[in-house]
Amino acid sequence: MPRLVKKLASAIGLLLAVVVLNFLLIQLAPGDPVSVIVGEMGGASEDLIAQMRAEYGLDKPVWLQLLIYIGKICTGDFGFSYYFKQPVLDLILQRLPATILLVITALITAVILGTLMGIFSARKPKGVLSHFVTIFSLVGYAAPVFWTGLMLLIVFASIFPIFPVSGMMNVRGNATWYGAVFDVLHHLVLPAVTLASIYVATYSRLSRASMLDVLGSDYIRTARAKGLSERRVVFGHALRNGLIPVVTMIGLQFGQLFAGAVLVETVFNWPGLGRLAYESILRRDYPTLLGILFFSAILVMVANILTDLAYGKIDPRIGGRRRKKARPAGARP
Amino acid sequence: MTTLPDPIGPKPAHPATEFMRAFARNQSAIIGLMLLAIVLGTTFLGPFLYPVDAYSMVDLPFAPPGGDYAPLGTDYLGRDMLAGIIEGGRATLAVGAAAAVISVVIGILVGSFAGFFGGAIDALLMKVTEFFQILPTLLLAMVLVTIFGASLVTITLAIGAVSWPQVARLARAEFMRIRKLDYVAAARTSGARNGYLIFRVILPAALPPLIVAAGLAVGAAILFEAGLSFLGLGDPNTMSWGLIIGQNRNYLLDAWWTVTLPGVAIFITVLAISLVGDGINDALNPKLRRR
Amino acid sequence: MQPILEIKNLQVGVDTGKSVQSVLDGVSLQLFPGKTLGVVGESGCGKSMTALATMGLLPDRFSVTGGSIILAGEDLLAAKPSRLRQLRGNALSMIFQEPMTALNPVLTVERQITEVIELHQKKSSAEAREIALEMLRAVQIPGPEERLIAYPHELSGGMRQRVMIAIALACRPKVIIADEPTTALDVTVQAQIFRLLRDLQMQTETAIMLITHDLGAVAEMADDVAVLYAGKCVESGTVEAILGAPAHPYTRGLMSCTPRLRLGAAANDPQAEGLGEIPGMVPPLGRFPKACRFAPRCALADARCHAEQPPLVDTAPGHSALCWKTSPEKAVA
Repeated sequence: MPRLVKKLASAIGLLLAVVVLNFLLIQLAPGDPVSVIVGEMGGASEDLIAQMRAEYGLDKPVWLQLLIYIGKICTGDFGFSYYFKQPVLDLILQRLPATILLVITALITAVILGTLMGIFSARKPKGVLSHFVTIFSLVGYAAPVFWTGLMLLIVFASIFPIFPVSGMMNVRGNATWYGAVFDVLHHLVLPAVTLASIYVATYSRLSRASMLDVLGSDYIRTARAKGLSERRVVFGHALRNGLIPVVTMIGLQFGQLFAGAVLVETVFNWPGLGRLAYESILRRDYPTLLGILFFSAILVMVANILTDLAYGKIDPRIGGRRRKKARPAGARP
Repeated sequence: MTTLPDPIGPKPAHPATEFMRAFARNQSAIIGLMLLAIVLGTTFLGPFLYPVDAYSMVDLPFAPPGGDYAPLGTDYLGRDMLAGIIEGGRATLAVGAAAAVISVVIGILVGSFAGFFGGAIDALLMKVTEFFQILPTLLLAMVLVTIFGASLVTITLAIGAVSWPQVARLARAEFMRIRKLDYVAAARTSGARNGYLIFRVILPAALPPLIVAAGLAVGAAILFEAGLSFLGLGDPNTMSWGLIIGQNRNYLLDAWWTVTLPGVAIFITVLAISLVGDGINDALNPKLRRR
Repeated sequence: MQPILEIKNLQVGVDTGKSVQSVLDGVSLQLFPGKTLGVVGESGCGKSMTALATMGLLPDRFSVTGGSIILAGEDLLAAKPSRLRQLRGNALSMIFQEPMTALNPVLTVERQITEVIELHQKKSSAEAREIALEMLRAVQIPGPEERLIAYPHELSGGMRQRVMIAIALACRPKVIIADEPTTALDVTVQAQIFRLLRDLQMQTETAIMLITHDLGAVAEMADDVAVLYAGKCVESGTVEAILGAPAHPYTRGLMSCTPRLRLGAAANDPQAEGLGEIPGMVPPLGRFPKACRFAPRCALADARCHAEQPPLVDTAPGHSALCWKTSPEKAVA
């Protein structure tokens, strides 16, 4: 599959660019890492500082420092967090699963709900649901996601206390594994709904437009001329075509979804990468922050490659399989 | 030969008139325009109509709305919420507008060069665009603000520097479309230089959708600023809507109004901007209007 | 002989929001088993609307406001939607103008053919596949096994139109409506498609309604002809009668645009010789003249033509025209 290879190569190139960007940001940051550490330690002798500078390679030319930095990243060395007193990599790997769980749940909810709303409102462009989708998508877009979260928090903390509003698990712990699973899912509801809210808006609006477009196309008329029921016309013929722009959007928006996760995790104390980013900002913990930036880029790349594969499955014109295209004899463009 | 029926129909109005008519027919766009007028009026006339200092204590902390001293209640330091929202609107709108201008200028430059020259330049610029699109922009802006310090200027620059890719893609698409049109070819054969072609010939034609994008970018930048402020990365010395929410966040269960009201202000502003933006967009593309 | 499809006094209107504008005004047609009816006229005369009304597939805002459409004794306008779906693709099928867009891009050719067989003939998927393969052989597609698993974008325009014909014929319909089936194709392919349709018609006794603006195609394919102008049927009769002795000035105008066609009396018609083209264009919807709709473009029109509705004149048995100036008077002139 040469297309996938190309995609991977491009992803690796982009990751390298992230590493270089990270390095530049370190260079631009006021004070080098050593002075930050020294500050944390409360002062050190000139000798020790010189020794540490040599250890960090800060006495070497910038291009060599860059190579060393890239080398370190390749071996999984993202530096050490002085605030958390842990290697950055360990810290990130601990927090990564929670973020992935949150983001994937929100994404699936948003795509399914948004697409369904889009389909049904496209079926009746002048109907009640259609107007609702239009209004809802505007509201979802205009409300800051952290504020939506805070509003839900007020409602579910004081008025209807049916969902936990903070953390990922009960402090007391759970006796059984299924108890633990339920507990996590219970905690997941509000953060996932909050994060999904913006994207339900996006996807319902997008799939509404896309389905309207598709439902007006010639091949839908052909499908109707075959005597298919409306349900089969919509789900058998229109949906797959209508999903193409939605899938593209998933890939394009994944980075924004992650950014939303930073805010949502902060609101609900969800112990993921976003919450970690918030904590490291408070402590000016650059190594951790840059490590998160790098890992979020990896997440986005993986999501992009996955959507790309899905894209190929949905749209045979891009799949790249059976390139043996019949020469267009007698076809006018 | 008898008279032929006029096949075209009534003479179309001037494009600008036509545009205004289409816009005025759009109810939601008019609502958006009214909301926008309210927001701008409150922000810029508010200090004269309601001359209360947003930074000084007027009542006990967490006085609920409807009290004697503060109609919308007070925050955790006993400051007047209404005055805070009026005061915060200026910074929020200023950051939003300035960041939008930055992102649109970068976006147009990148997009126009990519779309105009095509080939290797296009490929390179689009790679850069893709790079910025792939990074979670909020996170990158967070890093930038953390490194360079939180002030209105750095926040504005950071937001502008990370949110241009969408404008760039739009500008590129427009340039690719327009550069193939006959009148551009005519200008080219009459010896116009590339710079002239890009900025004087093609850009004016590409401008309408870009103006809409710029408007929507203001809304996005406002949301962005609010998010940064909420995370404690706002300028601590300047009141903004996001900052009010961020500062009062820990007390939201005791004083709901302190986080709810500034959020409503953000919501109304962004809603107004996107309603007006959509209205302009629809009026520019009459074919899509029936949707 | 009993007509298999009879359209009587069909009225179609479009709701413009302010009023209902007439699109078709009293169109009457008859199709006989094993015969082809050519429906001709310029773009915008209502040919496609007649076809879509018959299929029950009028676009949004268009609706039948009067008349009847009787297929094998059954009034389609009175039939329930579910009954119409049973008939569509089964007893009554349609071939569309644009083979490039009329096939669903994300489904294989196999799926698009077997779907209609499984739906209407209650066959298993294996049997349906066999029939689909048979149909592809019948429409003379080279390498049918290979084409079966192909996607539309892998086929040329001519091949796609053959697939469309295979879909239309899959359930052995009583009537096929072919709406400009060759307009988008090369001339050589056009001839092949016409030959194919004729051959298949001979085997199956299917009636074909061939909608076209090309009188050459009519001369080649049709047994009977109906000429539409501005939503009215202005002339109808056998192909020999109409091409040999056209009674309506519009028909003569159309023919003069296709010189090699003039047969019999028309070949020596100096009037037709001089025309070469019809001045002006089809009036847009809602701007139809009140009296004779062709009068503003007619070289023969006089005061009466502009003031009064023309009568339907039988110029010969089975040949009628909607005109004040049919052949007898013309002979005088």
